[in-house]
Amino acid sequence: MKLDQDDFALLGLPRRFALDAAVLNERWRAVQSKVHPDRFASEGAAAQRLAMQWAVRINEAHRRLKDPLARASYLCELAGHPLREHEGAAMPHEVLARQMEWHETLAAATSPDAVHALERDVAARLKVVHDAVAADLDERHDAAAAAPKVREWMFLARLRSEIERRLEALEHALASSEAVDGLRVAQAAIGAVRRVPR
Amino acid sequence: MALLQLSEPGQSPDPHARRVAVGIDLGTTHSLVAAVRHGHAVCLPDAQGRVLLPSIVRYRSDGGCDVGPTAQAMQGEDPEHTIASVKRLMGRKLADLPHAGRLPYHLVDGPGMVQVSTPQGHKSPVEISAQILATLRQRAEDTFDSELFGAVITVPAYFDDAQRQATKGAAELAGLKVMRLINEPTAAALAYGLDNGSEGLYLIYDLGGGTFDVSLLRLSRGVFEVVATGGDSALGGDDFDRALAAWALTRGGLAAETPRDKQAVLSAARTAKEALTAQTQALVQGVLSTGMLDVVVERDVFDAATKPLIERTIGVLRKVMRDARVDHGEVQGVVLVGGATRMPAVRRAVEAYFGRPPLTNLDPDQVVALGAAIQANALAGNSREGELLLLDVIPLSLGVETMGGLVERIIERNTTIPVAKAQEFTTFKDGQSAMAIHVVQGERELVADCRSLARFELRGIPPMAAGAARIRVTFQVDADGLLSVSARELTAGVEASVVVKPSYGLTDDDVARMLREGFGSAEVDMEQRTLREARVDAERLVLATRSALATDGDLLNADERASIEQRMAELESARAADDVAVIRAALDALADSTEGFAAMRMNRSIRSALTGRRVEEV
Repeated sequence: MKLDQDDFALLGLPRRFALDAAVLNERWRAVQSKVHPDRFASEGAAAQRLAMQWAVRINEAHRRLKDPLARASYLCELAGHPLREHEGAAMPHEVLARQMEWHETLAAATSPDAVHALERDVAARLKVVHDAVAADLDERHDAAAAAPKVREWMFLARLRSEIERRLEALEHALASSEAVDGLRVAQAAIGAVRRVPR
Repeated sequence: MALLQLSEPGQSPDPHARRVAVGIDLGTTHSLVAAVRHGHAVCLPDAQGRVLLPSIVRYRSDGGCDVGPTAQAMQGEDPEHTIASVKRLMGRKLADLPHAGRLPYHLVDGPGMVQVSTPQGHKSPVEISAQILATLRQRAEDTFDSELFGAVITVPAYFDDAQRQATKGAAELAGLKVMRLINEPTAAALAYGLDNGSEGLYLIYDLGGGTFDVSLLRLSRGVFEVVATGGDSALGGDDFDRALAAWALTRGGLAAETPRDKQAVLSAARTAKEALTAQTQALVQGVLSTGMLDVVVERDVFDAATKPLIERTIGVLRKVMRDARVDHGEVQGVVLVGGATRMPAVRRAVEAYFGRPPLTNLDPDQVVALGAAIQANALAGNSREGELLLLDVIPLSLGVETMGGLVERIIERNTTIPVAKAQEFTTFKDGQSAMAIHVVQGERELVADCRSLARFELRGIPPMAAGAARIRVTFQVDADGLLSVSARELTAGVEASVVVKPSYGLTDDDVARMLREGFGSAEVDMEQRTLREARVDAERLVLATRSALATDGDLLNADERASIEQRMAELESARAADDVAVIRAALDALADSTEGFAAMRMNRSIRSALTGRRVEEV
């Protein structure tokens, strides 16, 4: 075992896209239990340093493999098709057009319902892209074909986090109007209080 | 060696088997110290049998200092110099404290954070907290009649880097060896998990005196993995007191003008709040300079006046569940921590959110200290190997400032620690020879809305066109959640780095003096202390090396083994000498000679973790 081995090898997993999250987590915990600096609390600076390097590396592998998008991108890179090489390449027209349309929809949405509707559309497209990437990587072993799809996935993921931020902001606005309601209740209750004669 | 002995009745002192390590809950309203005794974590009482130490410090004009109950007794009489809830000031500047004007004592901006003015000059929150910690250290040392091997100190999960650094600084100032800072909710889970042997997802709702934390943990065979955490480091039981105090003043038609008034009305509100846990009405009574405060408060009124505060906690809860992408139904249990969770309205709100009653079988005041003691015991090497491991996360994202005052995040919140992550940046102008790196923490997009942690400069970048330099900025967060940052220009290899460590306005001399004084402890001889520490470290390393050779010695060839054995013998003879430098040198030599061996052992141990569960079964 070396620090520069790939994530799959470090955690004893097959190098492929399909992955059982429970198995990944179990491996991560098992290895982390062996390498964590706390396991070497009494062993001096050299062992501590080494343990720290390993713990950091194992956490990195786990973080990358547990996120399907990061995992897909990593598999493309391992297969010799790193995503950054595709950065300049044009996206298919229909993909770009759909992205633009969705961004406009999000910008125009003012109610949680409207944002939820968009969220469903994006989730549906994400599923299609996810399945296509899975087939390219695991069945056809064609990372070159998967790479542009992974790029679209990245756009979709970014859009989804913008959607989540927007939902949070809308919910926050709702919650503060509820807090105002709470204050009103408090004021009403204060009005109802009586002084006990002493 | 007295240091390694534990004088417990009925237990033969085995100098190699046990080391006295404690867990300390440094709380906003009160603090506790706990230790594992006879296999169980217990809170240590003072001579009067009290486990809770009020987190109150009074600086007298005669140069003395009262801590705990004696300071609390003088709170009404000398409110300006009796500091309570100092935890709220840790790592904070005046601008961070909107309620500063309502405090009975006077705050000024000091280096790194605020200071409190006292008859003994301006005191940093770090010094004030150190007084509390030193009192607890003394209590533990008296209990065990021994010096402490080390301590685990708890911090709110939502504490940022500046607050964590301040806490660690306070502990060091109090003469404690900090083995680890752990998050309070994680400590609570530890106490519950080991008691109940639980597995699965648990949510910790921790409403303390001045801080609120929510953590979601996954428990699995001794591994405590924090899945997501959130909170508000400026929301706690104190705020409920303030809300009730404000209501009572309005109700009574009075104003609290003097520091003494402010203190009196807050104490009256707290007493009433506590009474409302068991009763449906209570009195808020106090003598103010403007008149007699005497109003009745019904529980319904109190609940209504504090509803926005509870709503805020539920909002945080919702966000943590969303971050973790977990449904209510997947959570196996909800644990309440902190004295403020005794309020019936809090229990009702949490129960309503999860649709099940929360777990409350451990004392909510003690559970954090108990968990810290369990972790301290494990880190001191007293518990069985492989029994327990905490995998915590950073609570707030870390990043750097980029053009236009925007934040580029480098490590996202809820990332498991330890972690190191790097990102490349480039120059903005042609021929730019230096780059300012501004490290910030927070979730907002604008630097102005985040906490500034550190600034440093990378100089000596060779002249290049704008955008040609490649500057790699690396963030590393250790297992205590503390950050260090380095920057390196990749084409020329120039480097700069900073350990993010705020100053508290204490000179090295101040620190040395305070340590020497030992906060009233009988211990005065610093040299003796460092010598003893070096000897203990030497003994630890020899023991650890010997046990490593016993289990994995077959990995070494005869020469390698002989070289380690020789360094070990040298360290053992150095240990007998009275020279700290000689012991330290021998320690380093042995550590260096075992580096390769450590790597081989690490390798074997990872392989063993993965064997029997090969890839085919996935």
